[in-house]
Amino acid sequence: MRTWIRALLLAAAFALPMAVQAEPIDFTEKLDIGISTDQIAITSDFRGADLTIFGAIDGFDPNVLAQGKYNIVVALEGPKENTTVRKKERVFGIWINTSSMTFELVPESYSLSSTRDIETIAPPGDMTNMGIGVAHIPLIPIGFIGDGSNLTEFRDAFRRLRETTGVYQRDPGGVQFISSSLFKASLRLPADVPNGSHIVRAYLFRDGIFVAAKALELQVVKTGLEQAITRAAHESPFLYGIVAVLLAVITGWLASIIFRRD
Amino acid sequence: MTVYLPIAELSVNILIILGMGAAVGFLSGMFGVGGGFLITPLLIFYNIPPVVAVATGANQVVASSISGAITHFRRGTIDIKLGTVLLCGGLAGATVGIWIFSLLRRIGQLDLVISLAYVLLLGTVGSLMLWESINALRRARRNETVTLKRPGHHNWVHRLPLKMRFKKSKIYLSVIPIAALGFCIGILTSVMGVGGGFIMVPAMIYLLRIPTNVVVGTSLFQIIFVSAYTVIVQATANYTVDIVLAFVLMIAGVVGAQYGVRVGQRLRGEQLRALLALLVLAVGLRLAIELVIPPKEVYSVVSAGLGF
Repeated sequence: MRTWIRALLLAAAFALPMAVQAEPIDFTEKLDIGISTDQIAITSDFRGADLTIFGAIDGFDPNVLAQGKYNIVVALEGPKENTTVRKKERVFGIWINTSSMTFELVPESYSLSSTRDIETIAPPGDMTNMGIGVAHIPLIPIGFIGDGSNLTEFRDAFRRLRETTGVYQRDPGGVQFISSSLFKASLRLPADVPNGSHIVRAYLFRDGIFVAAKALELQVVKTGLEQAITRAAHESPFLYGIVAVLLAVITGWLASIIFRRD
Repeated sequence: MTVYLPIAELSVNILIILGMGAAVGFLSGMFGVGGGFLITPLLIFYNIPPVVAVATGANQVVASSISGAITHFRRGTIDIKLGTVLLCGGLAGATVGIWIFSLLRRIGQLDLVISLAYVLLLGTVGSLMLWESINALRRARRNETVTLKRPGHHNWVHRLPLKMRFKKSKIYLSVIPIAALGFCIGILTSVMGVGGGFIMVPAMIYLLRIPTNVVVGTSLFQIIFVSAYTVIVQATANYTVDIVLAFVLMIAGVVGAQYGVRVGQRLRGEQLRALLALLVLAVGLRLAIELVIPPKEVYSVVSAGLGF
C-alpha cells in the first residue's frame, strides 16, 4: 500500500516537472540543492565543462547516514524534442533508411552523477518508473509502430548512439559527501550541450527507497559570433537568406572589378 | 586552424575548405562551369550534412555566376527576355524542388536521393563528355577539321504554340520548351545545389537552337536568380544555409576561378574536356561506392535539428 501511495505521489510530482516536488508524508528527509548561477553562458570555443552542484540533506536520520545508506542521484536533463531513430537496410545493393521510430519528447542531452552505480541504489523497476538513468529514460514511441516487436531494438540503438556521441553521460561516483549531510555533485556538460532550458534533478534514496527529490532550472545560453549567426538563421530566416545572397553578390561583383581584364 | 560552422554544427579545418573552394573555383574558371556540381559532393565527402551542403552550394553558385554574368552583360551577350522566360520556369521549378527537398527530408530519404541524383547526373554527363572529347581528340590526331553538326532547322520543338519573338537571339520560339527547361533546372538547383549550366547550355544549343553567343550569358542570368531564390527559400524553410561555410568557399572560389581562366586559355579544348569528364566520373564513382558499401552504423538519430 505504501509503495502504491509513493508511486502515485511520484506520478503527480512528474506530471508537474517544474513545480517543487511534493515530498511523501512519511519521510522526514528533505533535499536542498543549489547552483551558483541559474544561467550558463557558453562561448564559441567551448569544449565541454564540469558543473558543480552543492546540496544538503535536511532532517536526516544520523544512524542511516552513519551506515552510508543515503544515496544521491543528480541528473541534468537538456531541453526535450521529439526524436527519430532510423535504420538502414540493404535494398537492391544500396543502403537505404527503411524503418524508423519517433520517440516523444526525449532530452537532447542527459548527464547523470550519483553516489554509486544507480543500478545498485534502487531496484531497476523503480528507476524506470522515475525515469532516472540513461537506461531508464522513458522512450515513448509516437505514431504507428506495428506490433512493437522492434521497439527494444530502436530504444537500445537510441541509447547507445546518444552515449557514444557523448550527449548522454553517467558518472557513478560523481556525487561525494563533503561533510556528514552536505554533498557535491559534478556533472559534465558536453561540448555540444544544447541551448535552452535544462533541469537539474536531484533524488535522495534511503536504503534503496526513494524519499525526496528537488529540481532546479538552468538556462544554457551560447554566446559569440557563431551563436549570433545561428540565432539569426532561426529567428529571422528570411533576412538571413537575403544577407547570404547579398554576400555572394558583393563577393562576385568585387571579384569582377578586382580581376577585370578588359 | 579550425572554424566552427554554426549551421552545419561542426568544426572544420578552414584550410581544407579554402582549398576545396579554390580548387573548384580553379576548375570552374578553367572549364567555364559553375562548379556547384563539384562543391556539393566534396562537402558531403568532408562530412558536411547533405542538407547543408546543397543549400550552401547554391549560395556559392550565386557568387561564382555573378562575375561571369557581369562580363557577359558588358559585352551585351545576355538575352534578357529569353532569360526572363527561363527564369519564370526556373522559379516555379525551384519552388517545387524545395517542396520535394522538405518532403524527402521529413521521410528520411533526402541523403539517399541527393547521392543517387548525383551518381546519375555525374555518371551521365561525365560519360557523354568523355565520349565526345575522345572522339574530338581522335579527329584532331587525324587532322580532320571539326565541323559542328547542326541538324535540320526545325524539329518538334518549333511546332509548339505560344510563340514569342526574341530579338537579341534572333529566334521565334514557343515559350513552352524554354519555361520547361527552366523548370527542370530549377528543380535540380534546389534539390542538388547546382546551377545547372552544364545541362542548360547544351540543351539551349542543340534542343532550342539558340545562337551560341547568347547562350552562356543568358543561362548565367537565369542561374543567378534561381540560385538566389533557392538560397532564400532554403534559409527560410529549412534553416540550412551556412553563411560561414558559404563565405569561405566564395572567397576561395572567385580567386581560384581567375587563375583557372588563365590556365584554361592555354590548354586545348578537347584535352580540357577529357580531364573534366574524368574528374566528374571520379566524383560520381566515389558517391556510388558510398551507397553500396555496408555502413559502420545502420542506425541514426535525428532530433528537430539537423538530420543526416
